Amino acid sequence: MNMPILSVRNIEKSFGGIRAVRDVSFDVQKGEILGLIGPNGSGKSTLFNCILGQLKPEKGEVEVQGRKVSGLRASQLNKLGVGRTFQQLSVFPKMSVLDNIILAGQEHHGSMLSRLFGPSDAGLTEAAERLISFFRLDHLRDTLAGSLSYGQQKLVDAAMAFMAGPSLVLLDEPAGGVNLTMLAHLKERLVAYNAEHGTTFVVIEHNMEFVMSLCTRVIVLAEGEVIAEGTPAEIRANPKVIDAYLGGGA
Amino acid sequence: MTLNRSLLTKIAIAVLLLAAIVAPIGQGNYITYVLTSWLVFSIAAMGLNLTLGYAGQISLAQASFMAIGAYTTALLTLAGWHWVLAMPLGLILCFGVGLLLGYPALRVKGHLLAFVTLAFNTLVFLVLRNEEWLTGGTFGLVGMPRPDFFIFKTMKQLHFYYFTLGITVFASLAMWGIVRSPWGRAFKALRENPVRAESLGVDTRRITLLAFAIGSAYGGLAGALITPLVQFIEPGSFGLAHSLRILLMVVVGGSGFFFGPFLGAGVVILLPEVLRFTEGYYLIIYSALVIVMLVFVPSGLIGLGGRLREKLWPRQQVRGDLVEGAAQK
Ligand SMILES: Nc1ncnc2c1ncn2[C@@H]1O[C@H](COP(=O)(O)OP(=O)(O)O)[C@@H](O)[C@H]1O
Ligand SMILES: [Mg+2]
Repeated sequence: MNMPILSVRNIEKSFGGIRAVRDVSFDVQKGEILGLIGPNGSGKSTLFNCILGQLKPEKGEVEVQGRKVSGLRASQLNKLGVGRTFQQLSVFPKMSVLDNIILAGQEHHGSMLSRLFGPSDAGLTEAAERLISFFRLDHLRDTLAGSLSYGQQKLVDAAMAFMAGPSLVLLDEPAGGVNLTMLAHLKERLVAYNAEHGTTFVVIEHNMEFVMSLCTRVIVLAEGEVIAEGTPAEIRANPKVIDAYLGGGA
Repeated sequence: MTLNRSLLTKIAIAVLLLAAIVAPIGQGNYITYVLTSWLVFSIAAMGLNLTLGYAGQISLAQASFMAIGAYTTALLTLAGWHWVLAMPLGLILCFGVGLLLGYPALRVKGHLLAFVTLAFNTLVFLVLRNEEWLTGGTFGLVGMPRPDFFIFKTMKQLHFYYFTLGITVFASLAMWGIVRSPWGRAFKALRENPVRAESLGVDTRRITLLAFAIGSAYGGLAGALITPLVQFIEPGSFGLAHSLRILLMVVVGGSGFFFGPFLGAGVVILLPEVLRFTEGYYLIIYSALVIVMLVFVPSGLIGLGGRLREKLWPRQQVRGDLVEGAAQK
C-alpha cells in the first residue's frame, strides 16, 4: 500500500474535564475524499484543529506525506501543502474577493523581501482570477468579501483553501448554512477539483446527502471516539452509527 | 469607472501637494511653524496608522518613539554629525526597539496591549528624565543645529518647512509602497482575522512584529524632524499625553485610510488655532467636537466622506440573492 498522505495516530485532547478527542487514529490515502461525521460536540472540529496546529493535543502524532508535523505552526503546515477552512465563516470582510484569494497564495511565492519590493499582487492576479472563475464568482471579483451573501462568502472561504495548490484540504462544514442551489454548486466544484488535480479532501459535514454522495469513505466520530469506518453504503447500514448518530436526534 | 476614480485621486493628490507648497507663502513664522509641525505629526500618525489602522495592533507609545528619534538625532547632531547621517540611526534604533515592543503583542491583545505600550511610554519618559548624563534630564537638550544641504539652508522657517515637506512626501511614498505590497495585504489580514491568515501561510508573528517596527520607525522619523524644528527637546514633550494625541489624530482622520493621518493631524493641530477667535471657549468646542466624532463617526473623517459619497452617488451593487444561482449557468 502507498504511503498515506495524512496519518493521524492516537490523538487525545481535553478541555478541562471534557475529553473532546479520545485516542483517534486514521489514515488518508492520496486522492481520497474522506468524510468525517458525528453528532454535534463529538470532537470533529477539535480533531481538525489538533491536526492543523491550531490546538496542541496532549498525546498523539500527525504525519503529512510521511513527515512528522506535530508542533508545527498552522502557517508552516499550510506551506507544506495543507489547506483548510474553519467551521465559522472566515473571510477578510474589508478586502475584495480578489484580495482575499491573492492573500491565500502570496506567502507561497518568493521571499519576504520580494513581497515588499515586488509587484503588489505578488504576480498572482491571473491565478486568482482562474480560481475565482472556477468557483463562478467572476462577477464578484472586486466586491468586498464582507458585503457578499453568506453562501457566497462560504464559497470564497473554500476557494481560499485551494489558492496555494495544496495536496490536502480539510474542510469543516463547508455546506453549513448554505442554500440548496449553492450546495449542489459547491459539491460539483469539489468533485471537479478532485478529479482535475487529484487533491485529497477530508470533509466534516452534517448534511448526510452531501457527505454520502461526495465521499469515497466515511469515518464516524461519537463522543471523541471513532465508532465506525467504511464506504457510504456500509456507514448507512451500520447499526452503531444509526444508534449513535441518527438515533441521537441529529 | 475605476479608471476615473484613480484619475480623480491623482488630481486630488496634485492639488493637495500644490496647496501644501503655497500654504506658507506670505505667512508669518508662527503659521509656518504650525504647518511644519502638522507635517511632522502626520508622519508620526502615519506610522501609528500602519500599526493600528492597517495591522490592528493598539499602541500608546508612539510619542516614545518620537523621543528616541529626537534624542538620537539631537545627541548626534550636537556631536557634529550631519542630520542626514544621524536621522537613519534614530530610525534603525526605533525599528529595533519597536520590534521588541511587538513581542508582548504576540501574547496580549486589546486593552492589555494598550497598557503594556502605555507602560513602555512611561518607561522611556523616566529614562529620559533620570539619565541626566546623557539626556540632560528635565532640562533637556538645546541648540541642535538645523541641517544645511549645500546652498539650501534650513535655518529660515520657510526653508525648514520645505525640507520637512520633502521628507513627508518621501515617507508617504514609502508608506504607499508598503500598504500596497503583499505586506500591506498581510497587515490587513492580521487585523481582520489573524487565525485565518495564519492558516493561509501568513507568519502572523513576524507580521505583527513588523507592524510595530515599521510604525515605530515612522515615529522615529517624526522625532528626527522635531529636533531641528524646535531646537529644544525635553522629556515632557514625549509623555503619554502626546501618544494619546497621536492616537487621536489616527482615529479622527480615519484609522486604516491612507490619508487619514494627514487629515487627523491637521484637525488636532490646526483646529485649536482656527478656534482661537472664540477666546476661552475653544478648548470646550474642540473637546466636544472630538467626542461627537468618536461616538458618531468611529471610522473618522475619511470614513464619513466615504459614507456621504455612497449616499449621494451610490455605486451599483449586485444583489447577492439574485446571483446565488450562478451554479446553473
Ligand atoms: N476551545 C474550547 N474550550 C472548551 N471546550 C471546547 C473547546 N472547543 C471544543 N470544546 C468542547 O469539545 C467538544 C467537541 O467540540 P467540537 O470539536 O467543536 O465538536 P464538533 O465539531 O464535532 O461539533 C464539545 O464538548 C465542546 O464543547
Ligand atoms: Mg465542529
